[in-house]
Amino acid sequence: MARYVPHTEDEVKTMLEEIGYSDLEELFRPIPQQVRLKTSLRIPNGLSEWEAANAVKEMAAKNTVFPVVLRGAGAYKHFIPSVVKHIASREEFLTAYTPYQPEISQGILQSIFEYQTMICDLTGMDTSNASVYDGATAAAEAMKMCVDKKRHIAMIAETIHPQMKKVLETYARCADIKILYIPEKDGVIDLAFLESNITKETACVFVQQPNFYGQLEDTAKIGEIAHSTDAKYILSCNPISLALLNSPGEVGADIAVGEGQPLGMPLSFGGPYLGFLACKKALVRKMPGRIVGQTTDLDGKPSYVLTLQAREQHIRREKAGSSICSNQALCALTASAYLAAMGPIGLTETAKLCFQKAHYFAAELTKIGFVSPFKGEFFHEFVTSCPSDSGKVLKALEEAGILGGLPLSNDLAGHILWCVTEVVTKEQMDQAIRIIKGVMA
Amino acid sequence: MRRNADLIFTMSKPGRRCADLPPMDVPETTLSDRFQRKEALPLPEIAEVDLLRHYMELSRRANGVDNLFYPLGSCTMKYNPRINEDLAALPGFTDIHPLQPEHTVKGALEVLHLLETYLCEVTGMDKITLQPAAGAHGEWTGLNLIKAYHAHNQDFARTKILVPDSAHGTNPASAAMAGFDIVSVPSNPDGSVDTNALRELADEQTAGLMLTNPNTLGLFEKNIVELAEIVHEAGGLLYYDGANFNAIMGLVRPGDMGFDIIHLNLHKTFSTPHGGGGPGSGPVGCKEFLAAFLPAPVVTEKDGDIVFDDDRPESIGKVKAFYGNFLVCVKALSYILNLGGDGLKNASEMAVLNANYMMEKLKSMYTLPYAGPCMHEFVLSAEQLKKETTVSALDVAKGLLDYGIHPPTIYFPLIVHEALMIEPTETESKETLDEAIAALSEIYQTAKENPAFLHEAPISTVIRRVDEVGAARNPVLKYDHR
Repeated sequence: MARYVPHTEDEVKTMLEEIGYSDLEELFRPIPQQVRLKTSLRIPNGLSEWEAANAVKEMAAKNTVFPVVLRGAGAYKHFIPSVVKHIASREEFLTAYTPYQPEISQGILQSIFEYQTMICDLTGMDTSNASVYDGATAAAEAMKMCVDKKRHIAMIAETIHPQMKKVLETYARCADIKILYIPEKDGVIDLAFLESNITKETACVFVQQPNFYGQLEDTAKIGEIAHSTDAKYILSCNPISLALLNSPGEVGADIAVGEGQPLGMPLSFGGPYLGFLACKKALVRKMPGRIVGQTTDLDGKPSYVLTLQAREQHIRREKAGSSICSNQALCALTASAYLAAMGPIGLTETAKLCFQKAHYFAAELTKIGFVSPFKGEFFHEFVTSCPSDSGKVLKALEEAGILGGLPLSNDLAGHILWCVTEVVTKEQMDQAIRIIKGVMA
Repeated sequence: MRRNADLIFTMSKPGRRCADLPPMDVPETTLSDRFQRKEALPLPEIAEVDLLRHYMELSRRANGVDNLFYPLGSCTMKYNPRINEDLAALPGFTDIHPLQPEHTVKGALEVLHLLETYLCEVTGMDKITLQPAAGAHGEWTGLNLIKAYHAHNQDFARTKILVPDSAHGTNPASAAMAGFDIVSVPSNPDGSVDTNALRELADEQTAGLMLTNPNTLGLFEKNIVELAEIVHEAGGLLYYDGANFNAIMGLVRPGDMGFDIIHLNLHKTFSTPHGGGGPGSGPVGCKEFLAAFLPAPVVTEKDGDIVFDDDRPESIGKVKAFYGNFLVCVKALSYILNLGGDGLKNASEMAVLNANYMMEKLKSMYTLPYAGPCMHEFVLSAEQLKKETTVSALDVAKGLLDYGIHPPTIYFPLIVHEALMIEPTETESKETLDEAIAALSEIYQTAKENPAFLHEAPISTVIRRVDEVGAARNPVLKYDHR
């Protein structure tokens, strides 16, 4: 018998006998012979746990783990308190299904309710769902929430993450949404273009803060323009930055989305991450995905339950706004454990450390001739030119265990997008500067 | 001391700390006032020990496969091997950036490539993407392939997706999300797709048929070859919903049954844990003639190296940032290496044996609307029981909670009234199945003797039945800090 299967050979025989079958093959009688697989799968036979573990460990060992990471661009290395991982690895959470049975799932339901609350507090929104797949799909779902028969144009900032653009384009094509990009000017969106092109057919204005280049958009002004034609205003934000920067609520956003990975999730080669999605009260019934609500049980005890399910695929089938069912529940739990471990003071300190360190490093780079093409303010990412061959600079850093910034392409070819978080020390930044100087010499 | 599960916000005290941070070691500068947050940030302020105790209490109020038998139909709640968790937690996987230079992530590319290879083999497909994050996401991705294929052929009349009336709700929802109109295909009295009806419905407007096989009744579609022919002859494509793939590994392959596209749920068939509702992973496979349309990038071999290929002009685009839920893929690969081809087949055989064993033992009490043998799951009906005793499928489900057993999926598929959909999976022992059979027998007896008791069930859980109507009517969706 294979691993994890408890049956002994005798038991298999007994069970078959008890239900009137002579052998296992008879159970598969309904499968037409002509399509049956007549050979063994070309997958090697099972390994012992020790051998299998070694095989996978060898693969892990072929990856380079950089002790110092100066690259962000949608995935950020942050300090994760040990307690967060321990909470998220509890088997009761890890091995549960979606909490369909509230009586035995109060723990999970309550944790989602707490998550929803924390996301609302961060973003200044009224309601959050239980999570979607990632920041890019959260953006796409938010865009879909805004479209109706009269409004089918989504005005999207050219300055958002390029991968998010690609995902938005895929979703838009399916839903017959027309995307109109708001061009970039000086590292942020061109407000004049937005103002002169927004119409009564504009469903939403979508902006990322800080944007892909790390620059801060004039989110308050954009909100005013969006609302001048009653278009919805969607803000995609970095959740850690929200301890320092205006909340989406403060600048008039109708929907706040973002990539929740910075909230306690390791880099993990891109996933699993966390898409958060929160909105103003008026849009709640258009929100996709699971939502947990507070209610009472038969004895009047406070209880939690999946609610507003009339929006969802298992009830509405083809009329549902989205087909999402499994989401990123354990990542949402991780995020709320992280936010609770940080608290307002810890999260603010983290944001400040990111901000200050990034500004220190930017200043040091400027001193050696790496100039920013943009003049606006930034949070923890910024673009610089590279006076020397950027490939050589990044290679030299790599050899010292430093993952340098992301080399950019197209109009910004030869430029580098840097990111500094709280886990990079001044000493490490100074070392990076010395290495770069060495390349330039 | 009485354990309580107060909301974490009520435990907060201003100034209390858990995590601490590295010191500020650089000179400081200021952010313009107009960008600064003015709103308060009422996150909990709590000590580490109390944070842990809070979540320990929540975990005591949660239940996974590690706590109890979980025969939740269509969800494949099999045991999640711990070795998979250990391997996915290796720093060589958790601490790599998705935009690192390719030569520094060769091991990660090897994981993706090897997993794809094995998944192609077990499904009979030619190419797989691991980008979709969950089953429904995979469905939608697969439907986009269908759309791209017909568009490529300039065949814009194909706007309809056929979906059997027994299908999962995600099927029509995903198809609508991909921009298709939905046409429902009726079932035969034996629960299979009505081939005659299908023949009439399949036409020049048919983009494809979505099918899960075994179907949601747990029955293998005996006429699969004919169904495939009908759809293909009409010019449509065949989509395989992998929710029920645990029944057929190493026994029959969707690719050999005529399917052109599939999705799998790694969090079902390939034992990665559900996490209370994700993260999952919904790989999509297809035949060679559709491979050009897969989301970019794809993992491919080039000059002996495994690399990302982002130059895919015919691709449907991206469906998610980066490459999918990578760590989930690591767990699935570990599972396949541990089981091997032989073990996968054995897993399916034992899953089917367990389901048939339970079905045979229960069918004298609860009605079996469609005769077996079933595959990995089966559907019973409590309709008769309800007529006789007033005890509904919901009451039976709630009654099971008092036995420490997770209830089956209820009221699905929609074509069975008072449905109880039971999927034991292969990792459950005969003793566990016997206990569950005994519990369902006792519940059946109780229904006859004391139905009121079951209307009140459960009685042993931390809360009793909840007011769902009230929750939806007056939604309270977050804590009010005031």
